Amino acid sequence: MNNQNDAVVSIRNITKMFADVTAVDNVSLDIERNEFFALLGPSGCGKTTLLRMLAGLEKPSSGEIVIDGENMAQTPPNKRPVNMVFQSYAVFPHMSVEQNVAYGLKVGGTPAAEIGPRVAEALEMVRLGPLRGRMPDQLSGGQRQRVALARALVKRPKVLLLDEPLSALDAKLREQMQLELARLQETVGITFVIVTHDQDEALSMASRIAVMDRGRVCQVASPQELYERPATRFVADFIGKVNLIDGEVIGLAGNSVLCQADGLGEMALPAEAPVAGRIAVAVRPEKLKLSAVEPTGPGLIKSRGTVRDVAYYGDTSNVFVETPAARELSVNVQNERRSPTVYRRGDAVWVSWSPEDTLILTE
Amino acid sequence: MTTEAAHGLPPARRLSLGRLVSTAEQGPLDYGSRLWLKALIGLVFIALYAPILALIAFSFNDSKRNVVWQGFTTKYYLVAWENQALIEAMVNSLTIALMCTIVATVIGAATALLLWRFRFPFKAAYEGFTALPIVIPEICMGVALLVFFARTGRYLGSFESGPIAWWNSLFTVWPLNLASITIAHIAFSFPFVAVVVRARMAGFNRELDEASRDLGASEWQTFRHVILPFMQPGLIAGALLAFTLSLDDFVITFFTSGPETVTFPVKVYSLVRRGVSPDINAASTVLIVITLVATVLAMRLQRSERN
Repeated sequence: MNNQNDAVVSIRNITKMFADVTAVDNVSLDIERNEFFALLGPSGCGKTTLLRMLAGLEKPSSGEIVIDGENMAQTPPNKRPVNMVFQSYAVFPHMSVEQNVAYGLKVGGTPAAEIGPRVAEALEMVRLGPLRGRMPDQLSGGQRQRVALARALVKRPKVLLLDEPLSALDAKLREQMQLELARLQETVGITFVIVTHDQDEALSMASRIAVMDRGRVCQVASPQELYERPATRFVADFIGKVNLIDGEVIGLAGNSVLCQADGLGEMALPAEAPVAGRIAVAVRPEKLKLSAVEPTGPGLIKSRGTVRDVAYYGDTSNVFVETPAARELSVNVQNERRSPTVYRRGDAVWVSWSPEDTLILTE
Repeated sequence: MTTEAAHGLPPARRLSLGRLVSTAEQGPLDYGSRLWLKALIGLVFIALYAPILALIAFSFNDSKRNVVWQGFTTKYYLVAWENQALIEAMVNSLTIALMCTIVATVIGAATALLLWRFRFPFKAAYEGFTALPIVIPEICMGVALLVFFARTGRYLGSFESGPIAWWNSLFTVWPLNLASITIAHIAFSFPFVAVVVRARMAGFNRELDEASRDLGASEWQTFRHVILPFMQPGLIAGALLAFTLSLDDFVITFFTSGPETVTFPVKVYSLVRRGVSPDINAASTVLIVITLVATVLAMRLQRSERN
């Protein structure tokens, strides 16, 4: 691999067993220097276990974890150049903000003269300077999280690990912290590895995302690629919303593949790789168009349907359309105007989309 | 101001809430506004504290029989002070209580940490056995310890020369002659410390321990700087408990004390059989004051540590 020199963390064939449960199943990953990397997956997929193995809080059953050129799979947490922001923040309750941030330097034997300026610098970075003397029980959740961040950053780690850092914050604050974390990562130039189950969080902050399911990595890609070109049904379904239609390849026509999609009939789709047999046709709801009359256009995939339900979200609406063969499609409509076209249950409509926006998933 | 902000409610809103509550029907917890509940509370306090107040008051009674109030005097404090046997018993009691507190707190805390931190076979059984001295009737424990000390004493006493004889001779010197009582006290008081500290540790967020190690601290540094400060209120409470348990124990001490080693409760018991004279009241009052001062000091210590 040519990016091996750039990788600050190389995970090689890592497996972790708890009794007879395999939490992480033969995972290999490279995390590059200075990137914002996200481990995304549903709860119980092994993402937190993987993060804890990076921190040294769990020992892998087998495999290698190379951090900054050294295999550290069996190294205790206090000897690793990584620091973690815990889900509960784990701010020491009997220490002031300042003492919390200084703790890692103090136990690490940093000269006293150096501790003061570095603590001040770290507190400045997370804008906690004025609260340096406060005790943790006098802080809000967001402020406590900043303490945890400063406490980890002051150690100048090679990698900063964040375990569901925003899950305890309310929606507004979460959005604000997402931006702030992304900016902070750019300023300090440290590799961030974040664990999250929230796809919005991963998509908006990370430069690359590893989607995990049942202990395995399904796909590693940039947010855009994950969304537009998911590799598997699981990834397509987990990231955003998707219409998944089972189907079968029935033939080839030039550069296109002819598919028989259940409930929608034949369609010609562009294929990037040779496919055959049972497949799934995937198309995102916002790629679908609704119209009252039959749309015209070259190669457009279209179907007649009836509106079943409308879910109104303000900025967008989700319209559920039932096709004649009882296949339900979800269509996302932007409410661009104040008085948009209103769809009501029972309306007869046409659904259409472009073959280029369609994906063929084999697994 | 700060509490106002912390509640996140504007003052006006909270005031109106308060008015709402007071005009509403009385709930089961509005005990402050019911006369009969107040009376009940008063009765409970009288039952609890009237005997103690009477004890203290009668220590100033100018009467040998100490049945009827005769007039104020402090002379019985002097009488008690000059009663060599009583003072010796008091010094013994305090010495035993102090040694017991130190050892029981260390063993109790170690037990609590073991039960909190580690998983091992038969842990539940071990935990149950640790709490056993709390529930075993004191009289049984007293008899058991008496038999234990008599047997080991007889065996060790059978050596007339050599290192064991020399070892035995050590235990005739104060305060080592109190060893059997002290050991007995440690045996029944350390489970109390363990239970209190264990309860405190149950509230410990294990991520704090992990965070400390993640930040570069060794196991010892983590123990010293993170776990111990968290444990401290439990340690102080447990130590106070051990101290008072040891200081006023009668039953177990009665069985394990020799003829030369007498503690304050045992001495008072032997004196009371000949009638309660005011000097016993005086000595008891002093003991109450010592205990109260120790408690207040411990609580002060705890509070100043927090700020």
